[in-house]
Amino acid sequence: MKTDGIGARVTRKEDHRFLTGNGQYTDDIILPRQTYAAFVRSPHAHATINGIDSTAAAAMPGVVAIFTGKDIEESKIGGLPCGWGITSKDGTPAIEPPHPILCIGKARYVGDHVAVVIAETPEQAHAAADVMDVDYGILPAVVSTGTAAASKTAVHDQAPNNVCYTWGHGDEAGVKAAFEKAHHISTLELINQRLAPNAMEPRAANASYTKHDQSYTLYVANQNPHVERLLMCAFVLGLPESKVRVIAPDVGGGFGSKIFLYAEETALVWASKHVGRPIKWTADRSEAFLTDAHGRDHVTKVELAMDAKGMFLALRVKTIANMGAYLSTFASSVPTILYATLLAGQYKTPAVYAEVKAVFTNTAPVDAYRGAGRPEATYVVERIVEQAARDMKMDPAAIRRQNFITEFPYATPVGLTYDTGNYAAHLDKAMQMADVAGYPARKAASAAKGKKRGLGYSCYIEACGLAPSNIAGALGARAGLFEAGEVRVHPTGTVTVFTGSHSHGQGHETTFAQVVAAKLGIPVENVEIVHGDTGRVPFGMGTYGSRSLSVGGTAIVKAVDKIIAKGKKIAAHLLEAADTDIEFENGVFKVAGTDKSVPFGAVSLTAYVPHNYPLDKLEPGLNENAFYDPTNFTYPSGTYICEVEVDPETGKVAIEQFVAVDDFGNIVNPMIVEGQVQGGIAQGLGQAMMEGCSYDPQSGQLLTGSYMDYAMPRASDIPNIKISNVVTPCTHNPLGVKGCGEAGAIGSPPAYINALTDALGVKDVAMPATVERVWRAANNVV
Amino acid sequence: MSMNITMKVNGKSVSAAVPVSTTLVEFIREHLRLTGTHVGCNTSQCGACTVHVNGRAVKSCNMLVAQAHGADVMTIEGLAAANGDMHPMQAAFKEHHGLQCGFCTPGMVMSACELKGKVMNPSDEEIRACLDGNICRCTGYQNIVTSVKAGLAAMS
Repeated sequence: MKTDGIGARVTRKEDHRFLTGNGQYTDDIILPRQTYAAFVRSPHAHATINGIDSTAAAAMPGVVAIFTGKDIEESKIGGLPCGWGITSKDGTPAIEPPHPILCIGKARYVGDHVAVVIAETPEQAHAAADVMDVDYGILPAVVSTGTAAASKTAVHDQAPNNVCYTWGHGDEAGVKAAFEKAHHISTLELINQRLAPNAMEPRAANASYTKHDQSYTLYVANQNPHVERLLMCAFVLGLPESKVRVIAPDVGGGFGSKIFLYAEETALVWASKHVGRPIKWTADRSEAFLTDAHGRDHVTKVELAMDAKGMFLALRVKTIANMGAYLSTFASSVPTILYATLLAGQYKTPAVYAEVKAVFTNTAPVDAYRGAGRPEATYVVERIVEQAARDMKMDPAAIRRQNFITEFPYATPVGLTYDTGNYAAHLDKAMQMADVAGYPARKAASAAKGKKRGLGYSCYIEACGLAPSNIAGALGARAGLFEAGEVRVHPTGTVTVFTGSHSHGQGHETTFAQVVAAKLGIPVENVEIVHGDTGRVPFGMGTYGSRSLSVGGTAIVKAVDKIIAKGKKIAAHLLEAADTDIEFENGVFKVAGTDKSVPFGAVSLTAYVPHNYPLDKLEPGLNENAFYDPTNFTYPSGTYICEVEVDPETGKVAIEQFVAVDDFGNIVNPMIVEGQVQGGIAQGLGQAMMEGCSYDPQSGQLLTGSYMDYAMPRASDIPNIKISNVVTPCTHNPLGVKGCGEAGAIGSPPAYINALTDALGVKDVAMPATVERVWRAANNVV
Repeated sequence: MSMNITMKVNGKSVSAAVPVSTTLVEFIREHLRLTGTHVGCNTSQCGACTVHVNGRAVKSCNMLVAQAHGADVMTIEGLAAANGDMHPMQAAFKEHHGLQCGFCTPGMVMSACELKGKVMNPSDEEIRACLDGNICRCTGYQNIVTSVKAGLAAMS
């Protein structure tokens, strides 16, 4: 194998700049005549804004401008859009209340954007924001997910009972019939708690307006700059996209939270023309906790009907999903399209029905966070399957195995068609790696020293690369879900690739370069990947949903194929042969069956110095674009096994081992893939063990607003993960790849909680299973 | 109110008149424009801003620049050799994929370098304990621990 080809552990091209302090994140950029913004944020979860007096703030040193909701209203600026329309069971559309970029009349969560103060320095902006005099009329707050729909208070007048939609999916009557003839029904009530994404780089933006061509430039920590531009221009500011350039430079982690169009950057772009100077805003960590779109926040009841042999007959799921105070960019799709469609899991359960009620509350908006709907679905399925094994007194691996889907393609009862997979293969491999056979002896040894040992499985499936666009459109998507790529071969044979995917830690500059280098037979060093700039990249839908390689990578492959096809024509001319006789291999064009050949570099030079060139038939240059719209999702799957030992006296849990066997299809760079799995599992274990956003149930104040209150996994909290793979290549993209970015976060929470509840012999320990909760469960203390 | 500050940063003497409230990280990022040192929380919880002050790893968001007056400060920009060759700890992070988005990385590397001479042949658990002040959201720490171990070995 080539040392830098597909499948090689190539160290990352981007690392040198990150390791030497030469990364360039949004906050690192200071523009000439820079000003700074501070947002005045609501200290109340729900309040009328009776008046705003800016007099004192405006007189503070260095203040350049102050804008409030009144200015937004007078400028007739639109609200932030929701990108996915959901239709309720009764046929009515989801309620989509206005989402102004600065509050108009009311503030609806702690941190809501009341005004923006722009000053010469960040300190001056914050000092002035602190003296803004806002007259609030405090209203009762709607906080709890489970009871929002019964609240007497409405977050929005448009939704008097706080229900955004009540959506149903699957065969309700078929499920009911199956439940009536079931031998046993297992049930669980589960909470998938709210999480704060916590990318280490806080959100940041720097917007400027240039008079000479009336154009705007926005630097922003964002995962999809073209989508950001499209939503901002088309829905909010009414600007032509040709006049707006969005640059997402180095971005310090996203995990979903930087997909969305937020009020801050939109306000900055709008204000930059009024101020006539660049305006920068960088969130502090408190603002991140208050206003980055949160994740999860489901309350669910799940029931699984079985026959006497433990074959699954039907699954019924009822979920309440918290949307927060406003609909964030993709909020409505997360607990519906990305959730209920995954409830078949790896199993041939013939009938599935889900009902999802989405509610508004006076809390931060909730949207996609690593996994987005699929962790919630996997948690429901893998917890109830484990419960079913316990109820039926069956081995948890055996009950899974006998219900596995084994023939592909497989159309699930919830609308997806899995193209390929081998679930028994990764279950077998994981059981072997975890030495499940030796588990009873280990459990006995733990018991002998007063400890409780447990083993938990999670056999997850996920759907990546949401597609195709027309199906997504029929399901309510208001955007396309393709990807774009451009491959520019330079005269001397080096290559620049422009991709609509965006890397914020995933290592695309290396993985994509490996793919292109392997296809063109040139060194990885000769391939430069450009991303994150609407001014340079033709178009793009960005990076989320583990789509970059399967969708973005395929767009690049298609463009490379066009390069090779054109190169063959040039080579045919140079070699005086028919282009159908030209083969391309290892960077050399040759006439089949002869020793006549010309290297890639000679062809690229000829394309740009077309002296000996078929100008009558072929354009000069070697530069190709491609768009790729997948025909289906990809379906990564895997088995995770977690083994824990609990000290019942203290509630302390030791993860004795965590085994992850994933099927991501073909793998381009195993080193990067392992890193994604390790990081994803750390986030999933963070959710299972320690993380959670907590709001005061009465006041709606965020109680977990700093790293002192929100428990982030630190180095000592996460074990080494034993990782392996099985490979069933994806059948519908040329690389045979499926996506690996979210699997760890999707598969790991149920593995941990299943292990913990197995150890303690209890039905549930709510996430996060803190030491206190574990101790209470171990000692039966409510 | 401003005061005159003089210190050595990455081997070079610097001096500036800055407001007394200026933190060391503000001085490094905004005045010296050394933007490799990052601010993840500004409350000394995440460690992204870690630099060396007189050889000790310090969270520079939690120190006034006045406290570093006269000190010898090293930031991530000062770690690699003048010819661009990476320090063994930086090289180990690259080799073992100890970074993803790169935001926590400078602080993580500066914290890791300080372990040299502090703990002899540390175990994985000791390395994990020593990195308790640095949060990484991307890697799950496994490759960071491997990197630090390799980096410390290469430094000796």
